[in-house]
Amino acid sequence: MTGRAVADDANRLGLGGRIAMLFAVGGLLVSSLLATSTLVLTRRQLVESREGAAAAMAVGNATRLSNQLTPDSTIEDLPTIVDSLTRLEGGQRIIRLGDDWLPAPELDRDDLPLDLLKRLEQRAAGQVLAPVRGEPHFVVGIPLTAFDADYYAVVDLVEVSDTLDDLRIILLGAGAATTVLAALLGLWASTRMLRPLRRIRGAAEAIAGGRLDTRLGPQADPDLDRLSDSFNEMARALENRIHRDARFASDVSHELRSPLTTLMAGVGVLDARRDELSERSRTALDLLVQDLKRFNRLVNELLEISGYDAGVAALDLTEVDVVRFLQATVAADPALVLTIPPTTRSLVIDADKRRLARVMANLLDNARRYGGGATAVILEHDETIRIAVEDEGPGVPETERHEIFDRFARGSTGGRRGDDGGTGLGLSLVAEDLRLHRGRVWAEDRSDGRDGARFVLELPLNLTLGNPEVEW
Amino acid sequence: MGQHRGVSTRILTVEDDERIRTAVRLALEEEGWDVEETASGEEALEAFTRQPADVVLIDIMLPGIDGFEVCRNIRRLGDVPIVMVTARSDSHDVVAGLEAGADDYLRKPFDPKELSARIRALLRRARTDDGPPTRIQLGQLEVRPEEGVVRHAGDDVHLTRTEFRLLVELATADGRVLSREDLLEKVWGYDYFGDGRLVDVHVRRLRTKIEPDPANPRYVITVRGMGYKLQA
Repeated sequence: MTGRAVADDANRLGLGGRIAMLFAVGGLLVSSLLATSTLVLTRRQLVESREGAAAAMAVGNATRLSNQLTPDSTIEDLPTIVDSLTRLEGGQRIIRLGDDWLPAPELDRDDLPLDLLKRLEQRAAGQVLAPVRGEPHFVVGIPLTAFDADYYAVVDLVEVSDTLDDLRIILLGAGAATTVLAALLGLWASTRMLRPLRRIRGAAEAIAGGRLDTRLGPQADPDLDRLSDSFNEMARALENRIHRDARFASDVSHELRSPLTTLMAGVGVLDARRDELSERSRTALDLLVQDLKRFNRLVNELLEISGYDAGVAALDLTEVDVVRFLQATVAADPALVLTIPPTTRSLVIDADKRRLARVMANLLDNARRYGGGATAVILEHDETIRIAVEDEGPGVPETERHEIFDRFARGSTGGRRGDDGGTGLGLSLVAEDLRLHRGRVWAEDRSDGRDGARFVLELPLNLTLGNPEVEW
Repeated sequence: MGQHRGVSTRILTVEDDERIRTAVRLALEEEGWDVEETASGEEALEAFTRQPADVVLIDIMLPGIDGFEVCRNIRRLGDVPIVMVTARSDSHDVVAGLEAGADDYLRKPFDPKELSARIRALLRRARTDDGPPTRIQLGQLEVRPEEGVVRHAGDDVHLTRTEFRLLVELATADGRVLSREDLLEKVWGYDYFGDGRLVDVHVRRLRTKIEPDPANPRYVITVRGMGYKLQA
């Protein structure tokens, strides 16, 4: 096939996949944006309320401290006064009195932000959000103007950051869920959007599968309707062409078969009266008989092949018991050993018995011609059925294992044509017949490591063709 | 039924190609049979009406009325064995030929020995070998193998020779399932590789004649994966 492929290799992901991806990315962006702004706003809100509470408390405490201090108070007096002050969860206080400092249990003067200290040296109150010992803290400093003293409140923001952490987890989860939901939505939308395309694909597959009269119905969308029209036009052209080819093959068939019928009947009469013939005539008659057989076979095989090419080859399905079939196949040749799994009594499949018989005949013929005759036929089955035909000849070189199934291909050992009576089409027919049965055939080395070729047929256990026409 | 003892077997052939017609006649005469050649369906029907043959060989592709039509007409005139000859490889012709009443078919080109073998198989009488019972009764169906008589609810049922042999094979199997291959061998004389559709179409035809409701057969039962059996 030398058709032009109209495909963009860069887009490995399918259209549906890409739409779903787009939806997912959109969902991710929107949810991230929402999450970020929620976080920022919440944080501001929480910090501000914490700041408000801390500042109010600090001012209250500073006033109370100022009221209880006397000019004679020393640093030793402070703890008793401090005990009476309001406490704030997570808050600590540091107090300067003259040159003395009353540290908090875990903090002292050195932990206070420098710029706040400077500000209070100017006797001005201040509040900063600053890291203390590596953690964000809110620090309020209030100078007690009546004394040479400062009151500092250091409030941690642990609660705030805990809340924010929780919120972050929730938002992350929500964001992930949104993204997944968006992807699913995208998938659903793309499935819906691609449904007409899927129908077209189904129709194309039906045509490829042999239902040539498959057509698409009118589409609601005008763009798709045009596509549907061109598709139907193509299908019609294809159908016409295939039918023309098929008619030609059928005409050729009739034209060739009639003279062959006369020839065979005539030669048959001569053969029945061979005793009346001279030695020379008998020799000539034998030549005729042999080549008539070969000619007949060649015509039949060519016609079969033109049937495949025209897409008109169809299976005549009947129930075939593979076990009995193989027993009947090997019956004619005492040199053939048939191996069947010991527990298998019968194995009934729907198949074209005539074609399967020809497949086996061709493989046995091939083994006779190139492998000194087949010695073993082996049946195996699980999800598929495999029938192997083995010989003890030279085997098939690895490089030729594909091309031997081509038409008129002969392996390197089969260059001579003269007396072998082969048509060169046998194995290609085998491959075509297996393809019709949704199976395949290949050549390999013998599994027991000895010299010889092994041809394996693989057939599905349940042949579902999806084509009612061939299910007779 | 058919074959006149002592008188040579008469075969009527319908074939428009003169060379094939002559060559086939020569080949059949080698077997010792009398051959009457006709070149068209009309001629064949006229010849058959004038003097019925023991076997009819019909080519499907004929000018004028085609082989299927000839087959249907001859079938109406009698139960003579009919062999269809088809030149086409598609299976529609085969099935249509069998549906039209043919007993067997051959594809062109055929080996004349194969043709003779087919005709001989069709001329064989129903199981004369191991002495079948003289009367088999299955429900309302009565089969008398020796006399070639089938009755359903007392009424005579008219079967062709091949249908009758098929029925006798099934009836003498004592309710056992016979595979298509068994029937092909016993009735048509084919080996395992014969065409199972011969059996299927003949079973279908048999059913339309002996079954009260051919769509839901009561006597000739299909056994999926195995074949057919006759049920009492």
